[in-house]
Amino acid sequence: MSDAENDHQNNQNNLEEGNSEELLFDPSLKKKKKKKNKVVFEDEVEQRADIEFQFEDQSDYPAPVPLVEENNETEENNEDDEMSIFADTKKKKKKKKEIVDKEVEEEEPAETTDFADLPRMKKKKKKTMTEFIAQLNDGVEDATRTEDDVFATDGEHVDKETKVEDAWLNSDRDYTYPELLGRVFHILRQNNPELAGEKRRYTIVPPAVHREGNKKTIFANVADICKRMHRQPEHVIQFLFAELGTSGSIDGAQRLIIKGRFQQKQLENVLRRYIVEYVTCKTCKSPDTILTKESRIFFQQCESCGSTRSVSAIKTGFKAQTEKRAAQRRAAAV
Amino acid sequence: MSAIQNLNVYDPFADTGEEEAGQPQGYIHIRIQQRNGRKTLTTVQGLPGEYDQKKLLKAFKKEFACNGTLVQDEELGQVIQLQGDQRLKVQNFLSEEGIDKNIIKIHGF
Repeated sequence: MSDAENDHQNNQNNLEEGNSEELLFDPSLKKKKKKKNKVVFEDEVEQRADIEFQFEDQSDYPAPVPLVEENNETEENNEDDEMSIFADTKKKKKKKKEIVDKEVEEEEPAETTDFADLPRMKKKKKKTMTEFIAQLNDGVEDATRTEDDVFATDGEHVDKETKVEDAWLNSDRDYTYPELLGRVFHILRQNNPELAGEKRRYTIVPPAVHREGNKKTIFANVADICKRMHRQPEHVIQFLFAELGTSGSIDGAQRLIIKGRFQQKQLENVLRRYIVEYVTCKTCKSPDTILTKESRIFFQQCESCGSTRSVSAIKTGFKAQTEKRAAQRRAAAV
Repeated sequence: MSAIQNLNVYDPFADTGEEEAGQPQGYIHIRIQQRNGRKTLTTVQGLPGEYDQKKLLKAFKKEFACNGTLVQDEELGQVIQLQGDQRLKVQNFLSEEGIDKNIIKIHGF
């Protein structure tokens, strides 16, 4: 991509999508940051049983995996990577990034008191494995809604826990298990934050989506996302097309052009479903898996626990005719 | 009667989870397709044979206040087509009518 082209595109974007896009964009970035803090707590509350597993997990992961991020710094690096590749969104993002960073720093000390607000301020992209599974179990309901619920209850939990923690100090009664657990985590977090705090999360850069003309959507960082998921782009794209019930192609710059209008959120949803279905290991929830094809059946093998399972083939299913018959006939004739 | 007869009855090592995954044709797929503009089309595919699709379509149309049609497909049999995004409504309708929610699959964004 040449610079001139970039500039052109940038302008086009601004013209096309205008202020509303800007507004949409900003809060999501902010949310992401805040949720980061939150996720950690929520895990502690939710996955008590899994604690050991998580710690093992941490040590097991190879350090340089780009998919899995440890803390805010690496996260930013990743985003920077992304920005450098997709220069067209660069300026917008950078500016906001700085603002967000500042905010986060200010917010950090007040972390514990702020929880009431947190459920509202989060970024969907950073989904935890539990949520993945929860979503899976719920069937594919309105994903955003269920997520909201999850987060809301989590916030309350944490609130309760922090309050309860002090409660038994002044009284005679015995402490309960949750209280002790909260205490352990509190101390652990105080003493060595890197251990209890930032857990490695499976994250993926958000899909860079913008519109081309009126009827096509460009999904710019497919190749990047596929690489991060360790999946063949063909497989991912096949899934996308099957799910969206549309078609498209890859252009010269390895971008995916999808017929039809889609928003980033929508593609995010579909990608999330792809990750649940084809990337995360059902046994240990690790995203460290590889997909191999043996005699027409895809097998997913987990790199961290070694389990293998077959995954269902991608089926397009019924496709209704959506364009005019005359247009179709014309296309067939040419 | 031998003492270990009950071993025949239940095999604890039998693969139970895989069998469900082995028959994906049992699923009811609810899909969405984009049409021109902001219009969409919902398709319901793979409804069990014991339901009269024509009557089901009629009920859908009345319930969701949309139009729809029954399409005959060579491979997939009868497919219900509805105008607009009726995916969640169809799912709710079907599960209220006693179809297991787990065999209903919603696709799309």
